[in-house]
Amino acid sequence: MRFHLFARFFVGSARVVTRGNALYWGWVAFLLALVASGALAYADQLQAGLSVTAMRDPVSWGFYIGNFTFLVGVAAAAVVLVIPAYIYKWGPIREIAIFGELLAVSAIVMCLLFVFVDIGRPDRFWHLLPPFGILNFPSSLLAWDVLVLNLYFVVNFVVVTHLVYCGFARRDYNHKLVWTLVLLSVPMAVSIHTVTAFLYNGLAARPYWNASILAPQFLASAFCSGPAILLFVLQLLRRFTSFRIRNEAIWKIAELMAYAMFLNLFLHGAEIFKEYYSDTHHLLHTRYLYEGVGGHHALQPYAWAAVVLNVTAFILFIIPRTRRNFVTLNLGCAAIYLGVYIEKGMGLILPGLTPDTLGEIYSYSPTLTEIRVAAGIFAVGFLVFTLMLKVAVPIALGRFHVDADPAREPVRPPSEPEAEAVPPATAAGT
Amino acid sequence: MSGDPTDRRSFLRQVAGTAVGAVATGLLSSCVGERLRDLPWDEARRRLARLEAETRARFGREDVTLSAQEAQPGVVFGYALDLSRCIGCRRCVYACVKENNQSRTPQIHWIKVLQMDKRRGIDLVHADAYYNPAFVPEDGRFYVPVQCQQCDNAPCTKVCPVRATWQEPDGIVVVDYDWCIGCRYCMAACPYGARHFNWAEPGLPAGELNPNLHVLGNRPRPMGVVEKCTFCIQRTRQGRYPACVEACPVGARKFGNLLDPDSEVRYVIEHKRVLILKEELNTMPKFFYFYGT
Repeated sequence: MRFHLFARFFVGSARVVTRGNALYWGWVAFLLALVASGALAYADQLQAGLSVTAMRDPVSWGFYIGNFTFLVGVAAAAVVLVIPAYIYKWGPIREIAIFGELLAVSAIVMCLLFVFVDIGRPDRFWHLLPPFGILNFPSSLLAWDVLVLNLYFVVNFVVVTHLVYCGFARRDYNHKLVWTLVLLSVPMAVSIHTVTAFLYNGLAARPYWNASILAPQFLASAFCSGPAILLFVLQLLRRFTSFRIRNEAIWKIAELMAYAMFLNLFLHGAEIFKEYYSDTHHLLHTRYLYEGVGGHHALQPYAWAAVVLNVTAFILFIIPRTRRNFVTLNLGCAAIYLGVYIEKGMGLILPGLTPDTLGEIYSYSPTLTEIRVAAGIFAVGFLVFTLMLKVAVPIALGRFHVDADPAREPVRPPSEPEAEAVPPATAAGT
Repeated sequence: MSGDPTDRRSFLRQVAGTAVGAVATGLLSSCVGERLRDLPWDEARRRLARLEAETRARFGREDVTLSAQEAQPGVVFGYALDLSRCIGCRRCVYACVKENNQSRTPQIHWIKVLQMDKRRGIDLVHADAYYNPAFVPEDGRFYVPVQCQQCDNAPCTKVCPVRATWQEPDGIVVVDYDWCIGCRYCMAACPYGARHFNWAEPGLPAGELNPNLHVLGNRPRPMGVVEKCTFCIQRTRQGRYPACVEACPVGARKFGNLLDPDSEVRYVIEHKRVLILKEELNTMPKFFYFYGT
């Protein structure tokens, strides 16, 4: 009986994800094309080794690890929504917390893929997995990261699939299980990002990373970038489905992001003050980022772009009027996403490694292969997210369950006009 | 009872479960990986023989020998380099490449010689590793060769997520090339730029292979793993000097047993002005720089 129900869930979900309009299929085809391009690029990399990347001994980590770090932040940011939704029972956000967890699951998939494509011997990946391999726990922070990322993935995946499946089966979810895991996922979200920060933080050889401000600053910037993506998703959801997401929920999230961005900028400022005022040899890395050193200015435009984007977003989000206007809100989200992507990705990795430990400056910028592989991984993540939403949304709307097949119904019944009212990039929401 | 279909079903399920369990356990134990150092003696010998045969076949060289000679008791190796003598000729760099079978294309060097200004003293920020004058030494310059400092408190071994690198009882930090996953965390952790990655398939012509190999040292490396100076483990464990010590034309390089009070390194440490690179990081190197004159 149970198995029967599960089979119907499986078949029903398969039918849901294979039915869609031209826009849906266009999006999926676009993602699949990126995945294929990334897979081909990765095949080249497997053949020729990491020499097809721009990484070399002086800059031994690059675009892959930068993206990994950024996405750990996105995954961790799900808590921004889970904390108020579950703990404080703040109504409007509660209904959308599940999308935060779906986002976390997709982000972790991307994180693990980015680590995987970065290692020189992917055939030996299992060396990390006891009992087959040896995990250097607790000595190596990378071992910690492998553990917490996978645990975080499992916790979020179980919560989300359980909730969705119960919605399908039209029965109450297991409160004990969900509550335990949700309460667990909050400190875990903090821990995945703290551990990832410690991974860099613990290296005395790299003074730019060896600053205890790194972990708090990681968390602050994560609480900006994760919700920025989610705000786009929520607006798209209510544009393309009849899912109701209240404006207050979106504005509340934007307000929280403003505080997080303030903290992020403050922590950055504190570190920059310390570096410039004390003016030791360690300043070199910060100068390489913002000014360029010895004729090498590759990072300078990006670094300043990130500063401008982050400050702009902070101003847009702290002023209630611009926060509530959907044009400026979306501009702010894009600014935050880009700003944090720069500062947490290449803006973190490259000045950390340049100049290298013996003073050499190697100007790194990713090769086409690296960009294709990275785009492929992002496409995998978006594909996972899209497919999960495609199943979860009709279930949440009560349109797809054990007795109903949504594939036979129109995607957006004309009886719900308010979904039409808010196109993502107009000011109509107020 | 025997007629009850549920019981029969549960019995069958149990049998199937046990069978699956047995197969899974079998599969599991057959593919549990082990580093060479974890293997029992006879199995380690078999793996070593296999590796030796593979290397012979790959390079078409019958003279290849692969040793796994262990550390001698009562020996901890130490190195001392006389900064007042070094002339920056880089003979050590190429002797090392030849001895340790580093990749020729792309080039990997375990020793990097930094040219410094006498006015500034030891200053890595202004060091130049790519100096290329017609003659060395140049006026106003001095030279600091850097290689693995064989730290006692090594940041690189600490961070390895799979314990593919460790410190041997004689103080040498080694890498198991068959266990390294190529994550390069050790390279980020090393304060001396001493670790090098095989970004491409190492190019080593068969005619240039040094056939006297040690499994933790100079045996040819595969693509995608990290490698580093091992104090020429294949030589020093047999009581010989590292290749760089022998190659130095001015006798700037000294090597010996730190536990032997009569060794040359001990004499240097006790009687000369000695300095340690990045002493503030507490890595406790077994590589000492000194001013002999």
